[in-house]
Amino acid sequence: MKPEDIIKQGECVYKKPTLLTDVNMHYCPGCSHGVVHKLIAEVIEEMGMEDKAIGVSPVGCAVFAYNYIDIDWVQAAHGRAPSVATALKRLNPDNLIFTYQGDGDLAAIGTCETIHAANRGENIAIIFINNAIYGMTGGQMAPTTLLGMKTATTPYGRRVDLNGHPLVMAPIMAQLDGTCYVTRQSVHTPVAVRKAKAAIRKAFENSMAGKGTSMVEIVSTCNSGWKLTPSQSNEWMVENMFKKYPLGDLKNE
Amino acid sequence: MKSEIIIAGFGGQGVLSMGKILAYSGLIEGKEVTWLPSYGPEQRGGTANVTVIISDERISSPILDSYDVAVVLNQQSLDKFESRVKPGGVLIYDSYGINRVPQRTDIAVYRVNAMETTYEMQNAKAFNMLILGALLKVRPIVAVESVVEGLKKTLPERHHNLIPMNETALQRGMELVNI
Amino acid sequence: MESDIRLMKGNEALAHAMIRYGADGYFGYPITPQSEVLETLEAEMPWETTGMVVLQAESEVAAINMVYAGAGSGKAVCTSSSSPGMSLMQEGVSYIAAAELPALLINCMRGGPGLGTIQPSQADYFQTTKGGGHGDYRLIALAPSSVQEMCDFVALGWDLAFKYRNPAIILADGIVGQMMEKVVLPEPRRRRTQEELIKQCPWAATGKTKDRNRNVITSLELDAHAMEIINNNLQEKYKTIEDNEVCYEALNCDDCEYLLVAFGSMARICEKVMELARKQGLKVGLLRPITLWPFPSKAIGEIAKHTKGILVPELSAGQMIEDVKLAVNCSVEVRHFGRLGGVVPNPDEVLDALYNMMNK
Repeated sequence: MKPEDIIKQGECVYKKPTLLTDVNMHYCPGCSHGVVHKLIAEVIEEMGMEDKAIGVSPVGCAVFAYNYIDIDWVQAAHGRAPSVATALKRLNPDNLIFTYQGDGDLAAIGTCETIHAANRGENIAIIFINNAIYGMTGGQMAPTTLLGMKTATTPYGRRVDLNGHPLVMAPIMAQLDGTCYVTRQSVHTPVAVRKAKAAIRKAFENSMAGKGTSMVEIVSTCNSGWKLTPSQSNEWMVENMFKKYPLGDLKNE
Repeated sequence: MKSEIIIAGFGGQGVLSMGKILAYSGLIEGKEVTWLPSYGPEQRGGTANVTVIISDERISSPILDSYDVAVVLNQQSLDKFESRVKPGGVLIYDSYGINRVPQRTDIAVYRVNAMETTYEMQNAKAFNMLILGALLKVRPIVAVESVVEGLKKTLPERHHNLIPMNETALQRGMELVNI
Repeated sequence: MESDIRLMKGNEALAHAMIRYGADGYFGYPITPQSEVLETLEAEMPWETTGMVVLQAESEVAAINMVYAGAGSGKAVCTSSSSPGMSLMQEGVSYIAAAELPALLINCMRGGPGLGTIQPSQADYFQTTKGGGHGDYRLIALAPSSVQEMCDFVALGWDLAFKYRNPAIILADGIVGQMMEKVVLPEPRRRRTQEELIKQCPWAATGKTKDRNRNVITSLELDAHAMEIINNNLQEKYKTIEDNEVCYEALNCDDCEYLLVAFGSMARICEKVMELARKQGLKVGLLRPITLWPFPSKAIGEIAKHTKGILVPELSAGQMIEDVKLAVNCSVEVRHFGRLGGVVPNPDEVLDALYNMMNK
């Protein structure tokens, strides 16, 4: 029996966005990336920007984003996605340009590019996946790793004297004159997913309207890196991550 | 015909721009030209020099061992370049601040009191054009008309009122040397 | 139409040549001795006339990645820098080469290593021709020795870059950058329309239309065997470039007993050395590689057959000399003469080195 035989016209309540490819995602079960990818694909479709969108994928788990969303992509060197997006947008002002970056990419190796692109007010959208750990390389400390959090490079927990403080990017971005929209969202509940989608849409619309840089931080889980089950990860995120990275708009102009 | 020229002095004396005017005049006359400055922090108050080559034929090295003409505008430059003028060549120097005059007898040496003249003219900016006038009197490498035409082409319109002053300075400079 | 003859610095000529080529964008960061490139572009305001984008980036790292992106969307884009800045760019250069993007790079070399000096040097020859970044890749390297060539190589570099989907680099130095000479500027070309761009670069990330698969600009391939195939294809392309694009200037090489091999501003100095030596009745020739990669090995090998010795003067401790030695394969003595760290020799110093070689 084929799925079409079960699902009858008129009863369809959910369908995979057509921009999501049939490639099996390499993300771990429970990872937030898959959900955010789906939201981006939906928003691009709903905006009718399929032939205008160019994504910039990072180095990190999301490097293969280009395998999953059926638009043109430029894969950037580690941390340089905002520079890549800057040039793409300036040279192709009619296109929708967004970056998709993790915490290492955006807040460690690429902090300089992130801040300068935002400070110039580049008309780009930055999707920032903050899961407080380096997923791809095997669970090392990220700039956003919480104090006390165990990672491969902080095996006894992150300590201020050894590793410094967690870097909180959103307020830094919000205080820059070039940003128009800085928000923190998550995708751990259906309500949160809907809000995150609205935020992504707003960021994309801002960049097409030439309002400046938008950043949507998605506070995310990495259950493999955190060594928890997906549902435990969500609970841990709510209890710990949201304290340091509270959800909501920091700037909306 | 090829003229290999060094112009050297303090930064701020208009050494580089004088070289540029000379090179541009050569270009107007259809010649090959090369202008190579010393660059970097030297520009700011230290010694500055520029090598200018004007030639009817393709120019090889912009870097030279010796020169047909040396225009030196301070003691350091005189000390450095006197020995590097080709036998039979020309050395032009401004007398201001010179306490050791040129010694060579196998070259033609011309002393110009351009700095003093700028005081008379009450126009410090005329200095390099006085020197250029003197140079062109001694060695008519390019025609004075070409220099004036070059100024017209290179100066922005709003500065064209300065051209008569520059012409006067060129003429005055020519009068400052006796051949 | 009357030709547009100007007196300008090599760096200024680069900027004017870019605008007249119909360039889409320039991204750079100031560094002596090449800052006039960005300064001239900002003063000319090409965005008002041709629509060319000019941006002062926050670093060389950002600039090269902007170039990567621009080239990835099929645009004619460029960056310029000087030695320390070029070192910073090397990761991006490797990415551009790996993703097979047609970018134009310019290095106006200064004395190193480290922060070094701002005076002219040629010590980035290895970095440029042997791969300053990681991996097996090649840059088409053009070495201008005059302001006219600074101007002309902009178009040549971009044309080659687009022809082979490979980055091209103009390897200049502080002398050709800062020197003013007569230059005949080319006729302005208009920028390509987006339709023309898509036709020329169907691989570019321009926005996926329904009639094609998505275009992804990337250099990532985790499967080693697939990555080997990518590498083999690159090597095949490099072989084609080597077979077709070697360019050099040979002066008095037919009868020469001694040969000078030099590039860039050093070749200008050597031209004078050759003139001086010829005046003494000495049969000296000069071979000036214009493409440093691909290197004119064959031409040098041929000339070497009738020479007694080759002198390779460089503004380095001896880098190009290795390629000259490979070209002549020990058939004749090859000697190095060099000044380091930003010092430029006078022609007579080089002439002395040549005499020393002749007298053993």
